[in-house]
Amino acid sequence: MAKERLVLIGNGMAGVRTLEELLKLDPERYEITVFGAEPHPNYNRIMLSPVLAGEKTIDDIILNDRAWYESNGITLHTGNPVVGIDRRRRVVRADSGLEAPYDRLLLATGSLPFIIPVPGSNLDGVLGFRDIADVEAMLEAARQYRKAVVIGGGLLGLEAANGLMKQGMDVTVVHLLDTLMEKQLDPPAAALLKQSLEERGLKFHMPAQTTEIRGDGRVEAVAFADGSELEADLVVMAVGIRPNIDLAQRAGIYCERGVVVSDTLQTYDPRIYAVGECVQHRGKTYGLVAPLFEQAKVCANHLAGLGYARYEGSVTSTKLKVTGIDLFSAGRFNEQEGDETLVLQDPARGVYKKLVVRDDRIEGAVLYGDTMDGSWYFQLMRDRADISDFRPTILFGQHDVGDAGHGDEKTRVMALPDDAEICGCNGVCKGEIVEAIVTKGLFTLEEVRAHTKASSSCGSCTGLVEALLASTVGEGYEASPKKKPLCGCTDHTHDEVRRAIVEHELKSIPEVMRFMEWKTPDGCNKCRPALNFYLVVAWPGEYSDDYRSRFINERVHANIQKDGTYSVVPRIFGGETSPAQLRALAEIAEKWEVPTVKVTGGQRIDLLGVRKEQLPGIWGDLARAGFVSGHAYGKAIRTVKTCVGSEWCRFGTQDSTTMGIKIEQMTWGSWMPHKVKMAVSGCPRNCAEATIKDLGVVAVDSGWEIHVGGNGGIKVRVTDFLVKVETMDEVLEYTAAFLQLYREEAHYLERTAPWVERVGLHYIKERIVDDADNRKRLAQRFLESQRYAQTDPWKERAEGADRHEFEPLRLVRGVA
Amino acid sequence: MSEWLEICRLEDIPRLGSRVVERADGNIAVFRTQDDRVFALDDRCPHKGGPLSQGIVFDHKVACPLHDWVIDLEKGEAVPPDEGCTHSYPVRVEGGVVYLSLARASAAA
Ligand code: SRM
Ligand SMILES: Cc1cc2nc3c(=O)[nH]c(=O)nc-3n(C[C@H](O)[C@H](O)[C@H](O)COP(=O)(O)OP(=O)(O)OC[C@H]3O[C@@H](n4cnc5c(N)ncnc54)[C@H](O)[C@@H]3O)c2cc1C
Ligand code: SF4
Ligand code: FES
Repeated sequence: MAKERLVLIGNGMAGVRTLEELLKLDPERYEITVFGAEPHPNYNRIMLSPVLAGEKTIDDIILNDRAWYESNGITLHTGNPVVGIDRRRRVVRADSGLEAPYDRLLLATGSLPFIIPVPGSNLDGVLGFRDIADVEAMLEAARQYRKAVVIGGGLLGLEAANGLMKQGMDVTVVHLLDTLMEKQLDPPAAALLKQSLEERGLKFHMPAQTTEIRGDGRVEAVAFADGSELEADLVVMAVGIRPNIDLAQRAGIYCERGVVVSDTLQTYDPRIYAVGECVQHRGKTYGLVAPLFEQAKVCANHLAGLGYARYEGSVTSTKLKVTGIDLFSAGRFNEQEGDETLVLQDPARGVYKKLVVRDDRIEGAVLYGDTMDGSWYFQLMRDRADISDFRPTILFGQHDVGDAGHGDEKTRVMALPDDAEICGCNGVCKGEIVEAIVTKGLFTLEEVRAHTKASSSCGSCTGLVEALLASTVGEGYEASPKKKPLCGCTDHTHDEVRRAIVEHELKSIPEVMRFMEWKTPDGCNKCRPALNFYLVVAWPGEYSDDYRSRFINERVHANIQKDGTYSVVPRIFGGETSPAQLRALAEIAEKWEVPTVKVTGGQRIDLLGVRKEQLPGIWGDLARAGFVSGHAYGKAIRTVKTCVGSEWCRFGTQDSTTMGIKIEQMTWGSWMPHKVKMAVSGCPRNCAEATIKDLGVVAVDSGWEIHVGGNGGIKVRVTDFLVKVETMDEVLEYTAAFLQLYREEAHYLERTAPWVERVGLHYIKERIVDDADNRKRLAQRFLESQRYAQTDPWKERAEGADRHEFEPLRLVRGVA
Repeated sequence: MSEWLEICRLEDIPRLGSRVVERADGNIAVFRTQDDRVFALDDRCPHKGGPLSQGIVFDHKVACPLHDWVIDLEKGEAVPPDEGCTHSYPVRVEGGVVYLSLARASAAA
């Protein structure tokens, strides 16, 4: 059976969004043809303002390139407007004479800028602000001329004026009233806006009624009703838009101000649908994208034959896209009889907030200077929520409701509920964004845009989306996808360096620096320790550690303290000790007059306040008593904490102590990207706190659960569940594999928590749970490297290694 | 007048490493860079007195082990944005022997 034919007239934001929604629902249903009057593929019209301001290029704002149409089997005719619709034959005719038959027709012709019909409005140099051609003409004028007049002090006019000013023109905004953006702002907010635009260099001529545009061929001046006149080489009319209904009217489709549609976005001709600015729904027309996108969703639902969605109109909110000016407005913001207004004014910070309230419900909001809570107020307004509980503090923002946060954007966005709308244009809520970030492992703003559409239209919620990314992904998040060099000595990233080391068999720090064209002769204190670690991992047994590239703690195998003395923490496997061990420790502490002996948070004993030159001696004694270094100083395996487990505990299900000791015996001595802490608990009561460790094992009746990526430090993170296994040997194999994957792939100084968040748990599962062979290979490589790593650094130094570190020089008098 | 004190042979200090000269009125850190230059500074970071001898040496600089200030070995000055200066001492290397002069230290005392 032949497919039904769908023709779209108008290759703009609403029409193509409808196609996108349709393709999601039923990609096979139609053979689709698109006619666009403009010569471009579908682009983000909203972003014309930043393009005019020089902040974006045309390429940046293309939404769907030609390849997209092609790969979805859509026939695209650009620069070819439809000039007639024959509803009886069900055919549209384009300017070029081309005809296309349809079974369903979608009208999305947008609107046209309203040009005030004054004398001279057809002169050269008088433009609207609607499409790429207008922007190109404005940019061209800005190169040649100086003086611009923008008629219209609304959203569009101010964005045009700001852009032209950024292009170096001398710009005056002419407005009929004495309040800017009177449809969105009350007089105090408008005054603040005017003031900050003036500070940026815009001029205003208002109130003023334009009566004539003067010029000979090209515009030269604008004249006003009060007799005044302004010189002008360019006039931009931004006084409003008019739904583009000419074509529909000529085809006899019922129109009033716009093409009249029902709640299913159908026109009076049931085969013809319409969406976007050209439509009139329940008596209203819209000029913003959010409602059009809602229409697109509903329309697609009907085109796909599902037929259950209803469009019931939209409540809109506005933001101004002038970089550096934060402005938000929604609903009915000018108070009427019976309304109450809540106002917060902080002139020093340039902040103004007003809420119009009636019967404890928000009717409208105007925010200037701090718009962070705009989406929250908007949500409360749309939900008709009763605000009486938090009315006294509502103006301080959502973070002030309930327990207080720190008030920065990140904390505040964290405090938002999941259903809070972040992106007003596309109707994307916080929960959806967070879920996409987590489940799809998104890492950059671009990826979030691609997956959720949040912040992909007007971009004013970019800050919020970035804050969400930062708080969800954690410290490793980068604001843009640009690659981050390892340090100032190189342009290469951690990953590039690691790859080169392996692929090109680079086996020493100077070799890496030469091969990768380091910019400094011998690196710095950031890159050298990283390179040293990468080489240790890549060439176990072969690479000889460069101790000069290690931080002092790792060089002298003890923690430097604030007074320059050191601490000594011997390893106590699994936290289980014995009277003999304790006695030995006690004797050594006494012999060396150790000032402080402390039980650490890692289930072992710290000898604090040891002088550097005492270290080899004390280590020698410890080695003789059977102790090895606890690596409490290293980017290395630290501790494996355990609980008493089934040996003693009445709830214990497995022998967690033995498990922990086995893990620590297998892993001690291994160098890591950052410190690694592990724990084993004997039952889900989890007394060893295993679920905030880099790797935590929790015993259950039927075996062992392995959890990874926890952190109990600066930013607490609970582990992710990796896998459940039955035997101790399996626990050891998974542990070795996980640690080796981390060693081989994490960036130096990246703990497991941010690493897991960066690469995604899914990836880690793929590598070590789903792929048993890979797991075994990883574990094998770990054990192989342990053959070289498990030498006690203390014993070696007690026997004379690196002696110069511990012996001071003496001055010898002499002549030279 | 400067008096040169013999402290060690050049190879006693590892390249990109350091040694400490112990003194009653404060230790002196002696550094050897990759290009075999030798520098001497008071072993006290201008920040909070951290032992510079324990830092990582690179170029003609050392990174303090306590809070990562970077100190220029020639002048003893902290590299911006940090500010501060630690005392430096003249050093000579002759015939593989390293000599140190305390001249400026005693002048300052
Ligand atoms: C000694 C000890 C405190 C104690 O007396 O109990 C300790 C002492 C230090 N901790 Fe810790 N931490 C100690 C257990 C912990 C724990 C608890 C644990 O391991 O169960 C944590 C939280 C768990 C975690 O790491 O996820 C902990 C989180 C930190 C952090 C934050 C790490 C993070 O990723 O956010 C640092 C800072 C760092 O590593 O950059 C830190 C850094 C330090 C340093 C190394 C600070 C420094 O750079 O000088 C302290 C060294 C003192 C010394 O010379 O011994 N210590 N530290 C504990 C040693 C345990 C051991 O036997 O090895
Ligand atoms: C500079 C600027 C800034 C804006 N900023 C914002 C903002 O910050 N936030 C916001 O929500 N909204 C903003 N808008 C409004 C938003 O761009 C529109 O609401 C949206 O583009 C309307 O979508 P549409 O598909 O209805 O119309 P359009 O995107 O205009 O698409 C209609 C398309 O149909 C074509 N067409 C017309 N007639 C025919 C024909 N006969 N045959 C073939 N093709 C035809 C037109 O050429 C046009 O390409 C802004 C608009 C402009 C111009
Ligand atoms: S975790 Fe379980 S086994 Fe361990 S001490 Fe607590 S209750 Fe006992
Ligand atoms: S003491 Fe040297 S950086 Fe703080």
